[in-house]
Amino acid sequence: MSIEPRSPPSQFAAKLRHALGGRAGWNGFFVQIVFVAALVWIGYEIVANARTNLEAQRIASGFGFLRNTAGFDVSQNLIPYSGSDTYTRVFFVGLLNTLLVSVIGIFFATLIGFLVALGRLSPNWLLARIAGGYVEAIRNVPLLFQILFWYLAVLGALPNPRQSISLFGSFFLSNRGLVIPRPVGNPGFEPFVIAALVAIVAAVGLWRYARRQLLDSGRVIRIWPYVLGLLIGLPLVSALIFGAPVTFEVPVLRGFNFAGGSRVIPEFVALTLALSTYTAAFIAEIVRAGILSVHKGQMEAGSSLGLQRGSVLRLIVIPQAMRVILPPLTNQYLNLTKNSSLAVAIGYPDLVSVFAGTTLSQTGQAIEIIGITMGVYLLISLVTSAIMSFYGWRIGRSMGG
Amino acid sequence: MKRVSLVFTLAFAAAFSTQAATAQTLKTVKDRGMLSCGVSQGLPGFSSPDDKGNWTGLDVDVCRAIAAVIFDDPTKVKFVPLSAKDRFTALQSGEIDVLSRNTTWTLSRDTSLGANFTGVTYYDGQGFLVKKSLKVNSALELNSASVCVQTGTTTEQNLADYFKSNNMKYEVIAFGTADEAVKAYESGRCDVFTSDVSQLYAERLKLANPADHAVLPEVISKEPLGPMVRHGDDQWFDLVKWALFAMVDAEELGITQKNVDDMAKSDKPELKRVFGTDGNLGESLGVTKDWVARIVKAVGNYGEAFDRNVGAGSKLGIARGLNQLWNKGGIQYAPPIR
Repeated sequence: MSIEPRSPPSQFAAKLRHALGGRAGWNGFFVQIVFVAALVWIGYEIVANARTNLEAQRIASGFGFLRNTAGFDVSQNLIPYSGSDTYTRVFFVGLLNTLLVSVIGIFFATLIGFLVALGRLSPNWLLARIAGGYVEAIRNVPLLFQILFWYLAVLGALPNPRQSISLFGSFFLSNRGLVIPRPVGNPGFEPFVIAALVAIVAAVGLWRYARRQLLDSGRVIRIWPYVLGLLIGLPLVSALIFGAPVTFEVPVLRGFNFAGGSRVIPEFVALTLALSTYTAAFIAEIVRAGILSVHKGQMEAGSSLGLQRGSVLRLIVIPQAMRVILPPLTNQYLNLTKNSSLAVAIGYPDLVSVFAGTTLSQTGQAIEIIGITMGVYLLISLVTSAIMSFYGWRIGRSMGG
Repeated sequence: MKRVSLVFTLAFAAAFSTQAATAQTLKTVKDRGMLSCGVSQGLPGFSSPDDKGNWTGLDVDVCRAIAAVIFDDPTKVKFVPLSAKDRFTALQSGEIDVLSRNTTWTLSRDTSLGANFTGVTYYDGQGFLVKKSLKVNSALELNSASVCVQTGTTTEQNLADYFKSNNMKYEVIAFGTADEAVKAYESGRCDVFTSDVSQLYAERLKLANPADHAVLPEVISKEPLGPMVRHGDDQWFDLVKWALFAMVDAEELGITQKNVDDMAKSDKPELKRVFGTDGNLGESLGVTKDWVARIVKAVGNYGEAFDRNVGAGSKLGIARGLNQLWNKGGIQYAPPIR
């Protein structure tokens, strides 16, 4: 007589029940359904009621205004824009300006932050004190003052365009910003780019080949003369055959300002400087904490392998410290992005200034515009968090933890 | 973040109130014992606090006139300083009862903000302030200039229109407040500061050396500035409208702060109607019979208020110009009190 092997009880239903209803089981699930339905209904009622009330007061509502002509100009636009474009385009102009200052600010804040942290941990007494002084001085002064300081005291002290500081007669620094020659594409531009791309791909291929040789058979191949030859030679040949890829449009003082060339406006410089130096002070402390959290033995082990201090930091300490650094670092990135809305104080045309400012007062549709603006900041923050989480997940995976 | 809190007030009121809570502003004001009046954050001549914190100016006097009509006391006003961006939201959300903040009357503002303009306190136009050292004599010489403006005003659009229609290039830098814009202008970031001409004269006074700066002759837009009230309360609309009209009519009839008591005893039928000794025009407005006398005693007639705040009797020294009475070469005109 054989005993039927009893199939294990299905775990699926139990798991599902637990996932949906928690400890209370199916009852809990129904309570949740009712709760969500009630929330949705309340939300719907709020929107519908608001709409009715605004209509009754004859306050314009809805999103139709986004198709109307803006009729005002903006000092910095990354996409082509003129006053005859719509408010939708104004929105994107402002959004891109916000993203630009945030991304560049985050880059420099991280760079300065890491350097200051390493300086503060340095055995060099003077360097450590200077880095410590930087952190204390910067993080204890309100950001708005720092923005105004950079804008009015530092950049405002630059001479006017007619007496601008000139470099090689083609770079000009004045209180209207930095004007640089602008490259203008010639017919030889496309072949030049293709040649450069080919050179880069070939160089990367060479480098990988050399590395594999090194790892597989320990052979060291000197590739840099070939790489240099490729990177310089190919584009040069293209330029000789097809003519110069670009000519530079040199700015000329005409009337009140420089005509031609590209310009970096002082508002952008002041805001980026203030945001990155300010956030760097916080990042420095986070990085310092992260590095200190790595056991001293790791450093000693690295040294005993004969690695230099820089290599120990780069290869052993910082990768482990990143696990501690990453979450608060993400916070600082989000703070920097949100702090960029202080731009309106110095006339940098960010999202809050041109959209939640000018557009709002021209259309008067405060609820919609503030709603959109808050939604956009939320979205930027969520995306930043997601990128940082992904990075953290990769670090964790590569370390097997 | 005053703006955001105002928006939340507005959104909350819109979302949860079951009826449009706009009616009965007069009753609300009386119950509160105070008029809430939205003004600028400090524009000499129109609305600015003095060193003791008392608000003065032409826009301020309109609010004081309304308070005088209701309470017979021009001091019963709470002044709420608002940036250009916040002003409409403050009115919509009920934070203020009347907006008297050098606001230009335009069609879109009249129709889409849920508010009405009650009249014109000051006929203005947009102009340009430049440093004399630039040796610019006309706005048409401003090609390629950098221009500072305050954001949230009609100024930005007028500016774009003007430069475009004259085929001139320019760079605009828009600041949150007029003070920030003027500071940037003074620091040399801009060649030009543009705003309503009256404001240019007022801001010029704040500069280190006012004599180094000049207002260009061109006036590139029409800027009729006036008070605003919310839609949907006609009684309140009438009251605010006629407070200003009464000031203009008083000037036309020769009633001044000094002679108001004597004029009140006059036998002229016109004056008897105005002072309420004949008929009850005040009551149909929902106020007392002596409402005009209260206004004139409190702030004087329109001409007196103008001279004291922005005209010959003030630091600004702006000529009456368009704001002269209609029968003296200007266009200030009020319907008759009868």
